[in-house]
Amino acid sequence: MNLLLSFWRSSIGKKWLVALSGLALLGFVAGHLVGNLQMFGGPSKINAYAEFLHANEKPLWVARIGIIAAFVLHVAATITLVLQNKSARPQAYQLGRNVQAKISTRTMAYSGLTVLSFVVFHLLHYTFRLTDPRFKVIAEGGLLETSHDVYRMVLLGFQSPLVSGFYLLSVGLLSLHLSHGISSAVQTFGLESKRSAQRIRQTGRLLSGAIFVGYASIPTAVLLGFLK
Amino acid sequence: MNLHLKVWRQKSAQSEGRLADYEARNIPEDCSFLEMLDLVNEDLLSKGEEPIAFDHDCREGICGMCSLTINGIPHGPSETTTCQLYMRKFKDGQTIYIEPFRVGAFPLLRDLAVNRSAFDRIQQAGGFVSAHVGAAPDGNAILVPKTQADRAMEAAACIGCGACAAACPNASAMLFVGAKVTHLGSLPQGQPERDRRVLAMVRQMDAEGFGNCSNYLECEAVCPAEIPNSVIGQLNRDYASALVKDTL
Repeated sequence: MNLLLSFWRSSIGKKWLVALSGLALLGFVAGHLVGNLQMFGGPSKINAYAEFLHANEKPLWVARIGIIAAFVLHVAATITLVLQNKSARPQAYQLGRNVQAKISTRTMAYSGLTVLSFVVFHLLHYTFRLTDPRFKVIAEGGLLETSHDVYRMVLLGFQSPLVSGFYLLSVGLLSLHLSHGISSAVQTFGLESKRSAQRIRQTGRLLSGAIFVGYASIPTAVLLGFLK
Repeated sequence: MNLHLKVWRQKSAQSEGRLADYEARNIPEDCSFLEMLDLVNEDLLSKGEEPIAFDHDCREGICGMCSLTINGIPHGPSETTTCQLYMRKFKDGQTIYIEPFRVGAFPLLRDLAVNRSAFDRIQQAGGFVSAHVGAAPDGNAILVPKTQADRAMEAAACIGCGACAAACPNASAMLFVGAKVTHLGSLPQGQPERDRRVLAMVRQMDAEGFGNCSNYLECEAVCPAEIPNSVIGQLNRDYASALVKDTL
């Protein structure tokens, strides 16, 4: 706890907290993707996966609390850092110019906030099932065969172009966020030597690209009728 | 060549500032940017107007005293300092914006001159080696591997001009502090105080109100001494390791 506090109190310490929590969230993003891709294995596969998760409530909650803690830490530390950054230049340049800052770097706040709002919607949509009356079992007036009928729920959800559109936009921005975030985390951990810098950045971009393709494949397959 | 200048004029830190328009006429292509300002000031003085205040000293690119943000870029469109920027880099008839380094921790003194003592205070907090400095030691008494010597030399090139903080969208001083920490931390003489140094320098950097690195890498792009951004990585790593040791 003392260590966490002393990291929180300094600029570089906070950057470490952002990087470490970001890494934990990246782990979740990758794990969640592996789970989601079970959609391509058909209803039995993904529904069995959902049942498996719910059969292991205790470890599931440990993971959930970990993710929530990482999420809160990531957002809170970033907001504090951004506020400090804003106050570090009270008077802006009349003519400001960037020489080499990348688009992914300059849009971190926007991509992060879009992903944040997406996560809220995504939880209300598929986890709490509050936005769509069809996401209930048939006996309760919905269209799902069992409460673990994830396959049908995802299918119904992504058949809406609006839902799929927002999903694609969000995972696109998440990927942009990660392409900067991964190389930034490596810099924060001080692992970047001159020789490896370029390779690490490329790996970050490749990984975030792969995450985008993986996530985007599901709504795209639903919209194109490959999954039905 | 003739140029249209938009220069930041401000009487003092407390007063309101504004961009003033000046015409710089008959400027030789081979004069430096600061000499161009000298010519403009001569003209202003002959008309009985207040000359433009700006920082300068050695005018040979090694002291780190000159500053200026030229067309939005600290030290302007050159890889060196403003004093080494020549007017041939500009086009005849071009409009040039000249502003001070805008960093909260560098309070404005007058016009284009800012107070960069914040860097001195960071340096004083730990950017030194407390070793006995008697006569010069024998050449090979302290062995330094070539790669470490090169790394230290590369970082030691920092002239502390403040362009990194001026270019950073977050007004962060981490390239400067990273250069100092890497320079001394790469050499055997710097080892005994390595942890204490990085903790003290970062504490002072935070107290001065600089922002935090977001890896825009603008600092590296404008640095006249070509300090690489990897020194920030070194700073981050050294700081975390020192903080863990200090806390536990």
